[in-house]
Amino acid sequence: MEIVSQVHARNLVKLGENHPEVLVLTADLSESCETGAFRDAYRERFVTCGVSEQNMLSIAGGLAREGFIPCVHTFGVFLYRRALDQIAMSIAYPNLPVKMFGFLPGIMTPGGATHQAIEDVSVMRSLPNMTVLEVGDATETESVLELAISIRGPVYVRMLRGEIPRLFPASQPMLLDTPRVLADGTDVVVISSGICTEEALRATSALRAKGVSVGHAHVSTLKPFSPGVLAPLIAGARYGVITMENHTVVGGLGSIVAELMVEGGIHGKLVKLGLQDTFAHGASRSYLAREYRIDAMALVEEVQRLVGRPSLVEAQDLAAVRVEIALSSAKAEAM
Amino acid sequence: MPAASAIETISAVAWGIRRRVLENTLRNGGGYLSQACSSAEILATLYSGVMNIGPVAEPLVPPPFAGVPSTGNTGYRLGNAYNGPRQRILDRFVLSPTHYSQVLYAALIETGRLDPSAMQEFNRDGSSVEMIGAEHSPGMEVMTGSLGQGLSQAIGMAYGRRLKQEPGLMWLFMSDGEFQIGMVWEAFQFMSHYEMDSIGVYVDVNRQQCDGAMSSVMRIDPLAEKLESFGATVVSVDGHDAQALLDAGRTQHPGKPLVVLCQTDPCRGVAELRKLGGKLHYVRIKNDAERRRFEDVLATFNMGIA
Repeated sequence: MEIVSQVHARNLVKLGENHPEVLVLTADLSESCETGAFRDAYRERFVTCGVSEQNMLSIAGGLAREGFIPCVHTFGVFLYRRALDQIAMSIAYPNLPVKMFGFLPGIMTPGGATHQAIEDVSVMRSLPNMTVLEVGDATETESVLELAISIRGPVYVRMLRGEIPRLFPASQPMLLDTPRVLADGTDVVVISSGICTEEALRATSALRAKGVSVGHAHVSTLKPFSPGVLAPLIAGARYGVITMENHTVVGGLGSIVAELMVEGGIHGKLVKLGLQDTFAHGASRSYLAREYRIDAMALVEEVQRLVGRPSLVEAQDLAAVRVEIALSSAKAEAM
Repeated sequence: MPAASAIETISAVAWGIRRRVLENTLRNGGGYLSQACSSAEILATLYSGVMNIGPVAEPLVPPPFAGVPSTGNTGYRLGNAYNGPRQRILDRFVLSPTHYSQVLYAALIETGRLDPSAMQEFNRDGSSVEMIGAEHSPGMEVMTGSLGQGLSQAIGMAYGRRLKQEPGLMWLFMSDGEFQIGMVWEAFQFMSHYEMDSIGVYVDVNRQQCDGAMSSVMRIDPLAEKLESFGATVVSVDGHDAQALLDAGRTQHPGKPLVVLCQTDPCRGVAELRKLGGKLHYVRIKNDAERRRFEDVLATFNMGIA
C-alpha cells in the first residue's frame, strides 16, 4: 500500500498560489497541523494567534466578512470544545466561509482525552449551516481542501496528517455528500468513515473469502447526508448494517445511519462500532483500536454474530496490521 | 437662526435618545432604560462627531425579519444600510453588547437614519427591530451579543481591511462588564502583537451588570492600567461630557488601538432609577405609582424638547 506523507502541507501551498483570498490561521500548532510550508511561502497571509482559540475563531469570522477565506488550523478539540460559542455565533450563524481543520480525530493521538476529538462530528453537525467532512486516506486528504473551498458556507474537516495510506485511486477525489461504495453485498453492509475504513477493508476481504456477502461503503461527508446510494445498499442487507467510526456512537456516523434508516422506513438491525459513550486515554492507535473495538477483528466478530456463523475468520487470517511509527519524522511531535 | 454647534447637536441627540427609550420602556412595561441613561452621550457623539460614515438618503423604514442566514436565503440583508454606504475610506460600527440595541435604534432615529416608526416595531413578533438586536437589526452588521465576541470579529474585519489597504476605521461600543471575559484580553493581546491602530473602542463604564453593581459581582479595576499594559492607548473621560467624548476620539494612537473609558451614571437624567436599589440591568415597571413617576419624567423631557 502506498503511504504518503505531509499531504496537507504541500496542498495548502498549492492552493495558495491561485487563491490570494485564502488565509491560514493557527493557534501555536503551526507545524503540528502542517502549515509551516504555507507560512514560509506566503508570510503575509499567515496569521498566528497564539494559544487563544476563542479570539482566533471570531477573528476568522471577521476576516470572512471582508471577503477572505480563513483556513483555521488546530487540534479538533480546541475548535469545537474551546470555542463552540464563537464558532456558532461568529461563523455558523452568518454562514461565513471559514474552513476549520480539526486534527487528531478520535484515537489518532496518544495525547489522551485532552487531545482526542471524540464527539466533534456530533457537536459540529448539530450546528445549522455547518458542513462536516472527514478524510479517510491520502486521496481524500489531497482533495478535501479544494472541496472545502468550493463550499459557500463554513466547513469542519476531521483531518489526517503525517503518513497516510492511499486507499482510493488518486484520480477519484473526495466529492460532497457522495459515499464511496467499495463493495456490494447482501448479507451484511458495513458503513465506515475516517481511519476505520482501512480496518474495515482488512476484515471484509477476509470475510468474503469465507463466503459471507459483505457490502461496504465509505462515508466522507457527515453533513449534508442524503440517502443516495446508501439507502438501497442498506435495504438489501439480509442480516443487518454495521457502522464503524473513530468517534463516540452518540451523534456520529452510527446515529446518522440510524436516522437515515428510520426516516426512510428501512427496517433492519444496526450495530454501531465506535467509542461506546466513553472517553479514551493515552495509548497507541492500534492498542486503542483494539481496546475500544474499532479494529478489523471487532468488525469480524460483529459480522459473524449477525450472520450466525462464529469463528469463520481468525486473527491470523487478517492482512498484516500496518504499524504506525509514533516518532515518525512526518509529524512535528510524538503526539 | 445660527447652526447648532457640534456640542449642542450631541446634547440634543443624547436627550432625544433618553426620551425615546423612556417612552418605549413605558409602552412595553420595561426596558433597558439605564443603558440609555448611561450611554446616550457616547452613542450621540459616535454618530454625530466621531465616526466618518456616509449619510442615508432618508430615514429608513426597517423591513420585516427576512429569515436567518443560509445558503438558500437569498433575501437576507444585514442591518448596516442605516450606517450609510459601505466604502473603503469610510468607518464601520459594531455594537458589542446588543442589549443596548434600543439605545442604538434611538440614536439612529435622532440622527435621521432610521424612521421613528421603527420604535413601534421594537420587540414585535416578525420585526427586525429586535429587543436584543442581531446582525439584521438596524445599525448592525455583525452577530454580536454573545458578550466578548464583538471585539474579535471587529479585529478580523480590521485585519482584513488592512490587508486590502482600506483606510476606513472600525469603531466599537462595548460595556465594561465585557472586560470580565477572557477572550477580550486575548483580543487586546492580538491587537498589540499586530500593532493594530485602525480600531477605536468606546466603553460605557457604568459599573453595572446583570447581577447588580460590578463591585459586588466581579471587580475589573484598575481597568485603564490593565488596558495600557495590554498595549492600548487609553483615555478616561466623563461619559456625559460631549466635548471630552469628541476630543477623546481624536487622540493619536499610532500602532495601538484606542480605548475611551467613559465614566457614566446609569441613572443620568432619570433620577427615579436611583430608587430601584441598584437593580438596573433591565428596568421593569411594577405598578401604577411607578408608571406615573416615570411618566412625569417623560413629560419634563417633552417640555424640554418643545
